[in-house]
Amino acid sequence: MPAIALHPLTIRICHWLNAIAVFLMVTSGWRIYNASPIFNFTFPKAMTIGGWLGGGILWHFAAMWLFGINALIYIGVNLYSGRLRHKFFPIRPQQLWADINDALHLKLQHTDLSHYNAVQKCAYLSVMVAIAIAIGSGLVIWNSSQFPLLRELMGGFDNARIVHFFAMVFMVGFVLIHLVMVALVPVTLKSMGFSRPRLFKSVSLKSKSLEV
Amino acid sequence: MAKSRPNISIDTPYLIKQIQPKLDNESRRLFGKRILSLGALSMLSGCTLTDEHSVEKMLISVSHWNDKVQAFLFDPNKLAPTYPESMITTPFPFNAYYGQDEIRDIDGDQYVLQLGGHIQHKKPWRLAELALLPQTTQVTRHICVEGWSAIGKWGGVRFSDFLQRIGADTSAKYVGFKCADNYYTSIDMPTALHRQTLLTLTFADRTLPREYGYPMKLRMPTKLGFKNPKHITEIYVTNDYPGGYWEDQGYHWFGGA
Repeated sequence: MPAIALHPLTIRICHWLNAIAVFLMVTSGWRIYNASPIFNFTFPKAMTIGGWLGGGILWHFAAMWLFGINALIYIGVNLYSGRLRHKFFPIRPQQLWADINDALHLKLQHTDLSHYNAVQKCAYLSVMVAIAIAIGSGLVIWNSSQFPLLRELMGGFDNARIVHFFAMVFMVGFVLIHLVMVALVPVTLKSMGFSRPRLFKSVSLKSKSLEV
Repeated sequence: MAKSRPNISIDTPYLIKQIQPKLDNESRRLFGKRILSLGALSMLSGCTLTDEHSVEKMLISVSHWNDKVQAFLFDPNKLAPTYPESMITTPFPFNAYYGQDEIRDIDGDQYVLQLGGHIQHKKPWRLAELALLPQTTQVTRHICVEGWSAIGKWGGVRFSDFLQRIGADTSAKYVGFKCADNYYTSIDMPTALHRQTLLTLTFADRTLPREYGYPMKLRMPTKLGFKNPKHITEIYVTNDYPGGYWEDQGYHWFGGA
């Protein structure tokens, strides 16, 4: 029986590159935020990278290439292979409601790793949107005079900073919940890893077409 | 005979920790200089390049690549947004690499603007002569590298007109600036020729106040604040990368906004 990878190799590579990129973008972003806080707080220096504003900017504008290109590859592969449609759609409102209810009562089952429940579908799709918004607002902050349409879409330069901030908040919130879920269902970590065997015998594999 | 190297290592994190309490807010900008001098110090002491140095080198080469990307993206015909005068920020923030108590006092009558490099007519300019050139005003957003922004009204001579008048070689790569407060910076020629780039003599319809760069600053709404030199005493055109005060410490040179 051939080993079945739960996630295609490209997706797994993208996932870990994204983890590195998000870590660098968020921690350097906090360093940049501290130079001129939008709200009445700053991030602890120990949680930032770059040492000073210039260093934070160097990290942020280097890691943005990894973050952006990796995101494009991820979305490209997902669209081209049809994985996006298969894995994340459809989301039925009734199902979503039932799954949210189960999740809140800690009853939502994770036994079948081959397909996402409606809460997962929503979470993964919305973090993809948050990443797109983070990149869009980031472009406006980076070089606002050259992206007039995007700037208007973000409500101007100052507002783009606020949008950028909350896109970060959403991403960080997602990561925290994501890590808790991985801790609760550790086999999901293995499924995103590279060690053999990648077949999960303990898991009922309902669908054979899970490769895409 | 090989000399033995002195075995000196610098505990950078420890030193930074020592410095850190002194760095908040106002002296934040000093931090960069100290980081740099720490780096320079460890080079001088003959330490082998640490991983930190190679990471820094990599980051700086990416930053140079980003400068090229920003230069490529820069559209000379795209204008930065302008605003109604009702949106002007008051009071407009003062910002420099030093505190407000160190603002230079410059005598406008004694002031001379020197010209150098690839320029045909290098005759120095007096303030009164600059004031006689055709003037224009703009209400634009000043965006600081720190993230804050403020809207102001600047008036002066369109820089492209001035460059033409002095016979500057506009096929050269850079325009460099030296300032009375020892600040220095440089910009790319396409930005120098941009319609909204102004040799600024007024702020809010009054003579440019000392805190905003009396007697003359260069105002570019398409670039971050630190690219806008104040108290300019010399303008030169060159093909050799001139760098800048902050740029030499790690800020991205193109500094587009």
